Amino acid sequence: MPKKFSKRKPAKAAKSKNAIRRGIAARLSEVAQPAVENVTIRLTVNGKAHELSVEPRLLLVELLRERLDLTGTHVGCDTSYCGACTVLFNGASVKSCTVFAVQADGSEILTVEGLAKNGELHAIQKAFGESFGLQCGYCTPGLMLSTHQLLAQNSKPGEKEIRKAIAGNTCRCTGYQNIFKAIRLAAQNAKGA
Amino acid sequence: MYPRAFHYHRASSLKEAANILAQLGEDAKFLAGGQSLIPLMKLRFANPRHLVDLNFIKGISYIKEDKSLLRIGALTRHAEIEHSATVGKIPILHDCAAGIADVQVRNRGTIGGSLAEADPSGDWATVLLALDASVRCAGRKAERTVPLTKFILDAYTTALAKDELVGEIVVKFRAKNSGGAYLAFKRSAPVYPTASAAVQLTLDGDTCADVSIVLGCVGLSPIKATGAEAALRGKKVNSKSIAEAADAARSAADPQPDMRGSAEYKRTLVGALVRQAIDIATRRARGERVEISHIYA
Repeated sequence: MPKKFSKRKPAKAAKSKNAIRRGIAARLSEVAQPAVENVTIRLTVNGKAHELSVEPRLLLVELLRERLDLTGTHVGCDTSYCGACTVLFNGASVKSCTVFAVQADGSEILTVEGLAKNGELHAIQKAFGESFGLQCGYCTPGLMLSTHQLLAQNSKPGEKEIRKAIAGNTCRCTGYQNIFKAIRLAAQNAKGA
Repeated sequence: MYPRAFHYHRASSLKEAANILAQLGEDAKFLAGGQSLIPLMKLRFANPRHLVDLNFIKGISYIKEDKSLLRIGALTRHAEIEHSATVGKIPILHDCAAGIADVQVRNRGTIGGSLAEADPSGDWATVLLALDASVRCAGRKAERTVPLTKFILDAYTTALAKDELVGEIVVKFRAKNSGGAYLAFKRSAPVYPTASAAVQLTLDGDTCADVSIVLGCVGLSPIKATGAEAALRGKKVNSKSIAEAADAARSAADPQPDMRGSAEYKRTLVGALVRQAIDIATRRARGERVEISHIYA
């Protein structure tokens, strides 16, 4: 009996190994990534010009964080909900997790690192600090850029306008009251400036 | 999260975009604002092998007054529509544009992309159906204009051919005695509405001379509530006729239960939205300025 088995077993195993190999090959071709050409893009980030070669699927937020080391822009939900990744794209706030880097070719990007000038904090940053408009700080860069967008369009926002302006930014710490305070203060200070 | 790798193509005209897509075939998609497509690709629900970027095409983002017609280019962002004084002449369009998702999404998302996506929970198709809008579709060789009633065929399904794309949306300006309102209820700003209602009506004194009522998110595509329209047309607009129209709208709704609510909840909600939208549309038809927005906590 054992001899019989030893004769039959290898044959059977070889067959099934081949089947497994075929299965793996088929599965691999299914999931294999097509070789894609990189695209060269030029863009200005916080006033500095860059030229980079990027894979088309690279997201703007990853370009900023991984390629340019600008880690102030955060990834929160990564599904276009929370707004932690908000940056200004030609002056308009966008969720940088939902924009491909190739789309930013020729654009001007402003991130939280570009707010302070010559070592002095921006009025919005000061207002968030003075009003305790943050706790853990994870959502803060996105909120400050949404505030920047709001104040660029409306220097005297009312309560309703402030709420609408940051409806795309989620904060899980503060309950928003101090954030509203910070935005009101930023609007006042910007007027005085 | 990364989408599956894809080849990137950039079109410089609508015609070129149609040509590129025709050459690439089934595995290619157009990229407009990308606010639905990119999240779907990141979750790998959509895995196109080629993207044809429309964002670098010049001259397809505009809002033009052309005699009795309002023309909106396909790549016009929701935010541009929201802030346009010309669009303000048709308040229901402003209601829609100003309420979609949040500021960041409105800065990127486009009206053409929203229509081509034909998501059952999208906002634009519902409003544009109530306005009898039409879509100018651009193809490789010719253009054609399709009324919206024949453009949205089913959930995620439009009359666009594989190598065709939205070029322009055309809406007729309304008479002074016409008013409209769009109300959408959502759980929070960035999400799709749970239910929505678009009402455009024309008054003759206190009588409703004509009305269009369309329900959103409560069927596989927007539902024209003809029963609700019949309850108002030719009748005085008062609490009785409004209640009858809302009842008819509830019956016309065909909602799916999901994480946004049960079918019964959505049916009740859409009835309430219709009642409020008729009231606001009537006040606007009388010349009153009423500010409304999507409703969310």
